[in-house]
Amino acid sequence: MAARIRGLRKAYGTHLVFDGLDLDIARGERLAILGASGCGKSTLLRCIAGLERTDAGTIATSGEIGVVFQEPRLFPWLNVQRNVAFPARTDAERARVDNVLALVGLAHAAERLPKELSGGMAQRAALARALVRDPALLLLDEPFASLDALRRIELRAAVREILEFTRASAILVTHDVDDALALADRVVVLAGSPAEIAFTGQVGEGATRAAILDALGVVELRSRAAPREEALAVLSKMHDQRRNFKSSCHTAGG
Amino acid sequence: MVRFAVPLALLAAWWAASTSGFIKSYQLASPRDVVRELFELAASGLLWRDLGASIERVALGFGIALVFALVLGSLVGGSRFAERALDPTLQAIRAVPSLAWVPLILLWLGIGETAKITLVAIGAFFPIYVALVSGIHGVDRKLVEVGTIFGLSRFALIARVLVPATLPQLLVGARIGLTQAWLFLVAAELLAATNGLGFLLTDGQQTARTDEILVAILLFAACGKLSESAMRLLEKRLAGWTDTVPA
Repeated sequence: MAARIRGLRKAYGTHLVFDGLDLDIARGERLAILGASGCGKSTLLRCIAGLERTDAGTIATSGEIGVVFQEPRLFPWLNVQRNVAFPARTDAERARVDNVLALVGLAHAAERLPKELSGGMAQRAALARALVRDPALLLLDEPFASLDALRRIELRAAVREILEFTRASAILVTHDVDDALALADRVVVLAGSPAEIAFTGQVGEGATRAAILDALGVVELRSRAAPREEALAVLSKMHDQRRNFKSSCHTAGG
Repeated sequence: MVRFAVPLALLAAWWAASTSGFIKSYQLASPRDVVRELFELAASGLLWRDLGASIERVALGFGIALVFALVLGSLVGGSRFAERALDPTLQAIRAVPSLAWVPLILLWLGIGETAKITLVAIGAFFPIYVALVSGIHGVDRKLVEVGTIFGLSRFALIARVLVPATLPQLLVGARIGLTQAWLFLVAAELLAATNGLGFLLTDGQQTARTDEILVAILLFAACGKLSESAMRLLEKRLAGWTDTVPA
């Protein structure tokens, strides 16, 4: 078991974020947590990371935890190499620095300061830093949210490769269904207040795009069959009329 | 080249005005007289005595201010309790124009070195203190969280995250504090001194020697500029990582 959450209760003032949440992450499992903004998915990750005081319940994790946030959170006074080496405590961990830098494709930028990095490079440096201690569990809190579409695809591929390579367990918090489907074995949807697990399913089995969107309460246009078909019929009728009108003008003119 | 145009034009105008007799020498000495006075003071050894005395007062006063500002600023910036206990008082003291303390300091400490150094220290203290407190308050909480995640001890968190994060602001405060130190030195030495650059000023005034006054002013300018440049160099070396427009 990489992480076991039992009866988690967390409140901000009078607002109950969780009230008795249970969740297990198996060793080597890659879990995506989806949910609407403010549903508590980031709070859950922060609780697991030990950044939030919980009000009740237990969170048990085994081994080292690595965290990648939405922002790179690099120390601006350290160059990439020193940022990545920041968590290293032993010689073995220090020896890993060059490896993880190469793994995220930043070996050539080791001497650069954070201000000299693009958004994608900075996020890759943050990923490398999270990997230095060889974590058993990697926590990813919307790690692609601050990136443009291309960098997002790039980093997503890098993360997938790294997760397969390191065989670390991972929890990915995201609001993007594609991120979840691309990276996770299992998808969990949080909803409600206090938040509960509204959906859980394996990718490739129960957790299809449609099922996840349904659980998120997103209604895709395509699924609104009846009214949409009516609208389409009206549109195509208009189109035909215009074409007929045009061709009749054409005939008249010619 | 452009940067030298205005000073050179001013120098030429000064020289022309004083040699043509448009300005009398008791009103404003000519550049030649000022340079000659500078060499005479240097040759007699008085220059080094006065310059040395002033630099020593600034260095001591600034050093004392730095120590006090580091201790009090760290306390107030790092602890809510210390902030509530100390900051209102310190802000109240800061609100007093610092030169208003002069009569009291002279009564308490006499007109010796202690009074002068104390005055310099008061002048240098507040910019450093204020910069350090606001620097500590402004540390990015998100970076502190990174340190927490990696299980840094309280000491390691201070040494590896808080100190480097605060350093740029502290250095800016120290630079302003050093400028203040020179300002307060002039005040201290004008009041009562038997040596120092401020003494050159009063001596020149009492003997109607504008060349001596101008030498003192030029030396103040040089010292102020040199110490400011040194601090900027230090900022560049130690805090070149900041991603902001240099102040």
